[in-house]
Amino acid sequence: MSTLLDLFKTMEYGPAPESPAAVNAWLEEHGRKFGQFINNEWGTSKGAKYYSSFNPSTGELLAETAQAEKKDVDAAVAAARTAFESWSKTPGVARARYLYAIARNIQKHHRLLAVLESMDNGKPIRESRDVDVPLLARHFYYYAGWAQLMETELRDYQPVGVIGQIIPWNFPLMMLAWKIAPAIAMGNTVVLKPASYTRLSALLFAEVVAEAGLPPGVVNIITGSGMAGEMIVTHPDVDKIAFTGSTEIGRTLRQLTAGTGKKISLELGGKSPVVVFEDADLDAAVEGVVDAIWFNQGQVCCAGSRLIVQENIAPRFIQKLKTRMSHLRVGDSLDKAIDMGAIVDKSQWEAVDHWVKTGEKEGGEVFQPDIPLPAKGLFYKPTLITGLDPAASTVQEEIFGPVLVSLTFRTPGEAIELANNTRYGLGGSVWSDNINLALDAASKIKAGAMWVNCHNVFDAAAGFGGYRESGFGREGGREGLFEYVRPKWMERPQPDLSGMRLDAANVSAEKKAWGEHTPPGPARPGAGRANGGSLPPIDRTPKMYIGGKQVRPDGAYTTTILGVKGKVVGQVGDGNRKDIRDAVEAAHAVIVAKQGWAMRHGYNRSQILYFIAENLDARNSEFAKRIVAMTGRAQKSAQAEVDAAVERLFTYAAWADKYGGVVQETTLRGITVAVNEPVGVIGIACPDEYPLLGFVSLMAPAIARGNTVVMIPSQRFPLSATDFYQVLDTSDVPGGVVNIVTGDRDHLTKTLVQHEDVDAVWYFGSAEGSYWVEYESAANMKRTWVGYGLPRDWMDREQGEGHEFLHEATQVKNIWAPTGE
Amino acid sequence: MSSNHTRNPGTPLDLDWVMGAHINKSAVERRVETLQKRRTVKKDWQAAWLLRAVTCIDLTTLAGDDTPGRVQRLCAKARQPIRPDMLERLGLAGEPIHVGAVCVYPNRVADAVHALQGSGIPVASVATGFPAGQTPLPQRIAEIEQAVEAGAKEIDVVIARNYVLTGDWKAMYDELQQFREACGDAHMKTILATGDLGTLKQVYQASLVAMMAGSDFIKTSTGKESVNATLEVSLVMTRAIREYVDRFGYKIGFKPAGGISSAKQAMAWQSLMKEELGDEWLKNDLFRFGASSLLTDLERQLYHFITGRYAAKHHMPMG
Repeated sequence: MSTLLDLFKTMEYGPAPESPAAVNAWLEEHGRKFGQFINNEWGTSKGAKYYSSFNPSTGELLAETAQAEKKDVDAAVAAARTAFESWSKTPGVARARYLYAIARNIQKHHRLLAVLESMDNGKPIRESRDVDVPLLARHFYYYAGWAQLMETELRDYQPVGVIGQIIPWNFPLMMLAWKIAPAIAMGNTVVLKPASYTRLSALLFAEVVAEAGLPPGVVNIITGSGMAGEMIVTHPDVDKIAFTGSTEIGRTLRQLTAGTGKKISLELGGKSPVVVFEDADLDAAVEGVVDAIWFNQGQVCCAGSRLIVQENIAPRFIQKLKTRMSHLRVGDSLDKAIDMGAIVDKSQWEAVDHWVKTGEKEGGEVFQPDIPLPAKGLFYKPTLITGLDPAASTVQEEIFGPVLVSLTFRTPGEAIELANNTRYGLGGSVWSDNINLALDAASKIKAGAMWVNCHNVFDAAAGFGGYRESGFGREGGREGLFEYVRPKWMERPQPDLSGMRLDAANVSAEKKAWGEHTPPGPARPGAGRANGGSLPPIDRTPKMYIGGKQVRPDGAYTTTILGVKGKVVGQVGDGNRKDIRDAVEAAHAVIVAKQGWAMRHGYNRSQILYFIAENLDARNSEFAKRIVAMTGRAQKSAQAEVDAAVERLFTYAAWADKYGGVVQETTLRGITVAVNEPVGVIGIACPDEYPLLGFVSLMAPAIARGNTVVMIPSQRFPLSATDFYQVLDTSDVPGGVVNIVTGDRDHLTKTLVQHEDVDAVWYFGSAEGSYWVEYESAANMKRTWVGYGLPRDWMDREQGEGHEFLHEATQVKNIWAPTGE
Repeated sequence: MSSNHTRNPGTPLDLDWVMGAHINKSAVERRVETLQKRRTVKKDWQAAWLLRAVTCIDLTTLAGDDTPGRVQRLCAKARQPIRPDMLERLGLAGEPIHVGAVCVYPNRVADAVHALQGSGIPVASVATGFPAGQTPLPQRIAEIEQAVEAGAKEIDVVIARNYVLTGDWKAMYDELQQFREACGDAHMKTILATGDLGTLKQVYQASLVAMMAGSDFIKTSTGKESVNATLEVSLVMTRAIREYVDRFGYKIGFKPAGGISSAKQAMAWQSLMKEELGDEWLKNDLFRFGASSLLTDLERQLYHFITGRYAAKHHMPMG
């Protein structure tokens, strides 16, 4: 022990421990053993297996928690289902009071929650005390407000039902809040499974909630392995899955829920960029890097793990960063004066270490500061790897630890290109004192959360969630509500998949069989022409419409379209993979071009949509006639469909400049803006009912919001769509914005959904097709919107247009821009 | 001042550097906010830091009613800032624990020099039309010369804020160079009066110019502005010092002044120095607090450390 005089001379830091006494007392009260929390009660399952939770800083055993079996999951779902009956009917104003009580109760037990979180997870007490638990309370306050307002502000929506929620170990309490608060605010009930490494704070939270008086069954906590997670996901009485975790597990969940009609939101991995321009406050940016990658030991899905710094300032910046790293303190999570705690588990520690060694092998220069680590415990030094190139796996893959890789750039354009050179798109930050440059870069980097001159700033009032393989759905903000509501007219889809044999033995054969298609030959003799006259009719065979040009089908096969009584009403090209490929290329070319479709202002897009409506209306009777010829419907009905299509175009011309986003009222001083950005290239398979209106109802919202589309018209009645390209041609629609590929719907959809450069697929074909679209989308985590083969009344404005369509046509990016000089 | 460092001779005015400064206010605020939560010291370490803070105080009286008697009393406290019985219980009996300097107006320098004879504690004098700096240049320079002649070893000069507010960096630089020359061997501590400046960027720029002109210390405030030392301006000034040290190797001291009256605040500044500049900047040749009532609180906290009981203010001898 040093004497006071020694300390006076060295001026070193000493230990500043937070007491674990209250947490240990709470654990002891429970005999350090926990069952399942169902219906506000601790269940004890006979013969249950237990899992041990350790403190990663010290290795000490904290408690044992039960491993859920099927009967536990069933009991929890049943409790949630029973509670849903009353909870969903509880008025919003009453639910608001429960959420408010929970928020208050979190604050009352703030320190206990924080200390337990740090002991269980290894994160610094400073973070759990100052970030995790305050945000936990904040989310319940914020969504208490939405419960209060639901009946007036979301009057067209209803709760979804029983929600299965699976959360990760990096922010056990915060992720729990992001999941539970919006769900119960909207009248749903919850079965939540915390991650295995970090189960304890969720169990304490369960008691905090019960103490606040929440009715039994509204929130149920199940502890268990990945198997228990799968039981929740596949449980037939669960209506929605919300998951945060790795992209790999996210893919599996997408496949497990495919075709079932369950809603799903996934918040997955990332490799988020920190872009430092030469005119940034470099010392500020260095601190930003600390916030970005050494927050929570770098175990953050939106960690700024890729430093992209302007070449001319790179040496100076890296030097400053290294100096800063030498001041970081790593130690026991309960020490109040540390910057980084322990890595959550040995396997994670090893994975991080493996990545660092890989970085070295890939030619990187690894820097770790000369700072002390505690003698035992799962500690890892803050690490910087320089000298890597963009192809290195350490630059591409998520490391999920305190490891930063750095690259350099020469121009702002190159910076944005590098930032976007990733499969992910969760977060990112830009550092510059030039407002034009900073906001331009923030708007061009593809990620759900973009921070200007800051990183890892969170608040309940702004949504969080990914682009690309970082997942879909938003948590936080008004946008986060839509994961937990369904339009009032819509029942929970219960698709009929009885025709499918999806057991393990058959699944790959079924997968292969779906969308198989053999090109057809000519019409059979005798199937006469529908509209003959004294002279033979002039042959009018529509082509594909790709990049603004009429092109013959690549495969040079033709499909005959039969109308009522088997009469031939026309022929269309039988599209194949290459037609889809070409259409996607065309759609991409026009979206990113200099005056690209997505870059145009809403006014311009609305003018074009009005023009399309005008030109369609001019050919009103011709389109109606075509519908009659194909479908045999009455003239009046066909006329009504054309009129509705014209009106729908007007509707989205209206929406083209009225859905840009909102200013979020976050705790940031400055401006947080939620921007509704286009999704990108959307592949759309149209329904057979309403050959014109179905096509227009899906195309119009997509292009109104700046997307470009590859349309697969109704397979049975494609001629309304092929007639439509002449309307597009005369309406100033840039080539490539709308592409039309005719042919076998599922055959073409299969190529679209497997295409890795398509950002979303909308599919309104069969239940089986819906299944495969959702299943196959997992490859690049593209967004999907499917009809499950269920009817939708496209003539009805409630079902056929509006917010649901706009929601699907956009993805929300929140840009955080602090202010102050 | 007993410095082991090579004294900053000043460097040519580098306007490109000054004009190219970028300070992001919200990021500065965030750093300051989290820094205070990232660092704390407890028990023996806390006692050591409290003592260290005592030795960094420029014990100050700058009032119209200062008299020889008042200065005499302050100097007695400066010699013996901690009660001898307490030092003994800390195991530090006989250690030369005294404040960094005593800071007075030029007219009181002689009184202070007399009262501190043999203590080794330097006398600091404010000068150059303190606090506003709005008197003619010859008078301001004469004030420095008179204070030095009276025995002041440190001169706390104020800058003419108009130069910063109008961006006339050359004029500020030239004037400070003349001040430095007048100081001779006495160290020049340049007060930026940050409460009068418009932006943190100006604080940074003024810090650079002050160092280029040969300041030994840069200091936040006179204590007379409506806003005095804040952690935000201190962070910006310490970063300017770091950048200057990186470029030229001359170590410049830092002195926050005004409004620092609690031990808790003092420790926040100590953490700032340790984190942003390093351990050398915790000692009084590179770090001072301009304060008058801070000492009493430090003493009370030490009393609590020794006895486990919270101390009464009136049990601590007055300065």
